[in-house]
Amino acid sequence: MLTIISPIMRIIEIPMLALQRVLGIHRFAWVFLLPNLILLCLFAFLPVILNVAYSMTSGDNILLEDRPYVGTDNFTRLTECSNHFDPNSCSEDKFWRAIWNTLWFVTLQVGFMVGFSLLTALILNREIRARGFFRSVFFFPVLLSPVVIALIWKWILQRDGVLNAFLDWTGVGGFNWLVDAEWAFAWTVFLTVWAHMGFYTLILLAGLQAIPRDVYEAALMDRARPWRIFWRITLPLLAPTMLVVLVLALIRSVQTFDEVFAFTGGGPGTATTFIIQYIYERGFAGAPRLFGMASAASLMVAGVLVVLTLVQLWVNRRNVDG
Amino acid sequence: MKQKILSVTAMAAGFAAMAGIASAQEVRFMCSSDGNECEVYEDVLRRFEADNPGITVAIDVVPYQAILENLPVQLAAGTGPDIAKVTDLGGLNKYYLDLTPYIDTAYWDESFGATLDWYRAGDRQGYYGMHSQLTITGAFINATLFEQAGVDVPAKGASWDDWAAASRAVAEATDTPFPMAIDRSGHRVAGPAISYGAALNGPDGPTLSDAGFTAFVQQFVDWHNDGTIARDVWAGQGGATYQDAAQEFINGELVFYYSGSWQVNRMVEQVGDLFDWRVVGSPCGPAGACSGMPGGAGIVGFEQTAHPEAVAAVIDFLAQKDIYAEVAARTSNLPAHLGIAEAGVEYEGASTGAQAALNAFAGDLPNVAPAAFWYQGYAGNRAMFGITVERVSQAIVGELTVEEAIARMADDLAAAMAETS
Repeated sequence: MLTIISPIMRIIEIPMLALQRVLGIHRFAWVFLLPNLILLCLFAFLPVILNVAYSMTSGDNILLEDRPYVGTDNFTRLTECSNHFDPNSCSEDKFWRAIWNTLWFVTLQVGFMVGFSLLTALILNREIRARGFFRSVFFFPVLLSPVVIALIWKWILQRDGVLNAFLDWTGVGGFNWLVDAEWAFAWTVFLTVWAHMGFYTLILLAGLQAIPRDVYEAALMDRARPWRIFWRITLPLLAPTMLVVLVLALIRSVQTFDEVFAFTGGGPGTATTFIIQYIYERGFAGAPRLFGMASAASLMVAGVLVVLTLVQLWVNRRNVDG
Repeated sequence: MKQKILSVTAMAAGFAAMAGIASAQEVRFMCSSDGNECEVYEDVLRRFEADNPGITVAIDVVPYQAILENLPVQLAAGTGPDIAKVTDLGGLNKYYLDLTPYIDTAYWDESFGATLDWYRAGDRQGYYGMHSQLTITGAFINATLFEQAGVDVPAKGASWDDWAAASRAVAEATDTPFPMAIDRSGHRVAGPAISYGAALNGPDGPTLSDAGFTAFVQQFVDWHNDGTIARDVWAGQGGATYQDAAQEFINGELVFYYSGSWQVNRMVEQVGDLFDWRVVGSPCGPAGACSGMPGGAGIVGFEQTAHPEAVAAVIDFLAQKDIYAEVAARTSNLPAHLGIAEAGVEYEGASTGAQAALNAFAGDLPNVAPAAFWYQGYAGNRAMFGITVERVSQAIVGELTVEEAIARMADDLAAAMAETS
């Protein structure tokens, strides 16, 4: 291997040394960063700049030069409401329905997600029989494709699905779960918690196992009760991991699209239409394709996600700093 | 000697390359099928290739969703195919190749008549598309259920109310889950809406908020609320997503199913001998019309092609009477070619039931209202279809009242028209 690399290194060495002499030792670092910077500019910064540019244009043309400049009109239309709590009073009522649906969804889903993940992690951290098997079982849905998850649950919950067949058999009688707005929303929360909690359980399990055992042994020697051990030892020492889980779950929850789109299509009506689906429908699925409106909405979502990401970075840094 | 051999070889390679460039006119055809259309096109186009050495046609078979969602983006970005089978007939007009210089326009006028207008928009009034597959919306009924229930099938000219009452009676008597269903599509409800008096093209331009349209939406929502219409179809989805109720009909869970002629093959194949079904066309509305909606798909070429003559030659070949008749017969589609429609089509391998169903749909064509023909050819109809589905669905699930839904439709339509170039 060395025999191949050495001649190549010798060839590169000459121009690199010359370049180093011209740029100086400090500025020379940029030469090594350049390939990554070019890729980052092309695939990260340029799309963001284009997104901002599109958000200030209107029309259904895809090429930026064919699109009339409208300034902040798209943002104004999106935020124009006489009462922001009532989507019917908004110019773009579907945007506000999606916003409120997303807020409700994030609150419920993240709450249940963190709660159930913690409970599962606590159980799986105990000396129970077939612990390895149960850990795999809870993690298994994370490995499935979102569309597969959606289809599985659709088959279970549809009018002539498995659940209704069971309810009919027991004499309770079936129900059209996915046609009722409240039930469709509730099942959407359940499905996404079921699909993702394995991942967060795993993180929390790692956090639990990092808590020194001697702290628990000391508490037991002092005859502390299990409930007190949980509140006074487990929870405080797990708090940094919990914060990471909370922020990750929040970001993922705001971005929810694929499972729900395949599961309910956003319906009934707009009952399970979340903000990412709204952006997708405005920009790509509807006619005319409102790229400007979709870009403006996506920038607003990006703002929220940036704030959440900063919180996560701050939490991480605080953890590292101890 | 060595140098001579080298120069001769180089010249030969050069000529071969030039000949290759001159002859290689590959035309890419983006095609989607309801049944076997793409297979049949592939077959007949092999004959075209044999007659036109130097032109090859590569058929890319794609899902219908790709034609609806990906093709417009590809065309806008300049990376589309040379030819496609499209259903957004007027909406994609700005990308169409004008075939006028390459075809016998008199033959096209005589053969395709009014359907040529469906591909035209604004000041682009050339010859753009060959309507390959004419469809018309209409109703299928489960005749066996009517017989079992002892309910008379409403006579020709019966109203939507008559059919709703009869379907409810049949469903009740036979314990069938759903009396009626209409596909979740703005196109599908347009015919019934016209029969209720919707003008669609009012004095101030396109509209979804006149008294006729409102009356239909109110009736449609009421039917959902009283259980006449299956909620699963319209309330079981979000956005403007298309959803049909064919599977419910095939499963024998539906008495009256309003869809269209393109479902005939599916019914023949999947219902088989399970029960008797019939095509009863479009019921009549209070406005006196008994209109369905025409529609279908057509073959168009795109301006961005590098081989406009080859593209026009392919489309013109498919438009010739003998080829068109063969394709219609093999794919069990209603012909838009007036000469072939007049002569009648002997559908290849079609059962007596399928033949009767297709003839019933064809027989309903004279009832299609002028507003329906206008709507099908209107370049902004996709936006109107989408708005209808979204807002009517919201009214069905109770997010909006009918009045609010109609007001939103008017706003949405105004916004869409302002955004459309």
